[in-house]
Amino acid sequence: MKDFLLVYRTDYNTIPKGASPEQMQAAAKRWMDWIGGIAAQNKLIDRGNRLVPSGKVVKADNVIADGPYTEIKECIVGYSIVKATSIEEATELTKGCPILAVGGNVEVREINVI
Amino acid sequence: MPLYLCKGIYFMDQTELIPHLFRTEYRKIVSVLCRLFGIEYIEIAEDIVSDTFLLASELWGLKGLPENPTAWLYVVAKNKTKDYLKRNSLFAQTISKEIKSNAKTSEEIEIDLSSENINDSQLAMIFVVCHPCIPAEAQIGLALNLLCGFGVDEIAHAFLTNKSATYKRLQRAKEKLRTEKIEIEQPTLAEIDDRLSTVLMVLYLLFNEGYYSSSQDTTLRKDICQEAIRLTYLLIENEQTNQPFTNALLSLMCFQSSRFDARLDQNGETILYHEQDTDLWDQELIAKGEYFLNQASRGDRISKYHLEAGIAYWHTFKADTKEKWENILQLYNQLLLIEYSPIAALNRTYALSKANGKKEAIIEAEKINLTGNHLYHSLLGELYTDIDNSKAISHWQKALALAKSTTDRTLISARMRQILL
Repeated sequence: MKDFLLVYRTDYNTIPKGASPEQMQAAAKRWMDWIGGIAAQNKLIDRGNRLVPSGKVVKADNVIADGPYTEIKECIVGYSIVKATSIEEATELTKGCPILAVGGNVEVREINVI
Repeated sequence: MPLYLCKGIYFMDQTELIPHLFRTEYRKIVSVLCRLFGIEYIEIAEDIVSDTFLLASELWGLKGLPENPTAWLYVVAKNKTKDYLKRNSLFAQTISKEIKSNAKTSEEIEIDLSSENINDSQLAMIFVVCHPCIPAEAQIGLALNLLCGFGVDEIAHAFLTNKSATYKRLQRAKEKLRTEKIEIEQPTLAEIDDRLSTVLMVLYLLFNEGYYSSSQDTTLRKDICQEAIRLTYLLIENEQTNQPFTNALLSLMCFQSSRFDARLDQNGETILYHEQDTDLWDQELIAKGEYFLNQASRGDRISKYHLEAGIAYWHTFKADTKEKWENILQLYNQLLLIEYSPIAALNRTYALSKANGKKEAIIEAEKINLTGNHLYHSLLGELYTDIDNSKAISHWQKALALAKSTTDRTLISARMRQILL
């Protein structure tokens, strides 16, 4: 078994603002049902976290910019860690990920343990 | 003392009374003596208490029952202990030094069999038996023997093993207690989190041993469950160990026990949840479960006991509602995030079928891929029923081939017949 990082990306502007509690609950349920399905296969290492939209990007020569650029189409919104025997199997796990339904994507990367 | 232990004591004759007292009093006197002597002298403690019971069975048979049999046992055990200390002055010196008591001579050593000291000693003994140095499989047997007063016969019966294997396993575990010289005392506040989690795990396994055992002896199984509840309640009564996790575990035990009479027929065969007579569900235990679940919601950490108690709580409502199954599904989702187990994965998928529909659940079930487990095929048999009955039958057949116990095979065959009709 190898560990894989799932990186969730989407356009922050597609996330509806001022969602009702019912909508938020429905969204939470979709995520829990999907991640619970991975856990039920005993392939979840860490459910991970969501990321707050605002942040900073630090560059050389002490250049600090506001970022990431939430206006860009593919902004990292969260991550999880799963285990699988191959990249294909790990990719298979992303099927049904709720991010796909809102126009986002999942990047699957094998973790090369230091 | 919990009520269920007192019932009928005044109506027992001598032949019933001695085994009953052995169950309830042996462990108490042993734990007090062990705390006094140190765990490395557990054999001496057990010998003194065994001698006391031997004398009781001889004398009570000849002279009739004393007015207060329990008090009689305590007095005789105290005297036998003092005699032992008098005859073995070297031993007496060692222990009086160890307990740092003010007693100069063995006559002055106080053997305190007050209910308070008994409770304290038993609580301390729980921590000894559940010490991390004892292998998990030995802890359950040791708990049944030293904390619950079960004899070798009963333990062998509950584990479906033979007497000599059980006896040897217990002796090895006791030898380990002696060689490790574990201090009989409650852990300090700093240690409590760590140690308490092992204790709760052992009590959880002890309860499950009674609840899910394949032994047909329902009285014995019920006794094991009640003992697990009693020991967990001892932890609730102590301020230090009365933690949210402890309350969550007790809540889980109460909810599960509430269905004890409904889930087994008179032959000890399992009655499935949806076929149970809800009139047999014990409402008093359900109310207790709710009380301890509320107590468990203090604090900011959630354990698997909280989640399992929550699942058991929703099972106290018989009717299939959307709300019930949605809540059960989310609790299973969270439980799997804390700790994976095949049974949780299978139950989660069943809840998914109730909350989100069978089609979605079939896809998820096939991903779980526990093909060597009869419960996996039973689940798929259940999910395919009315969707694709030929697939359902094929899964039931696989389940039947994999099932080991007669109870499981009977249930599977009955389910297959229902589809074929």
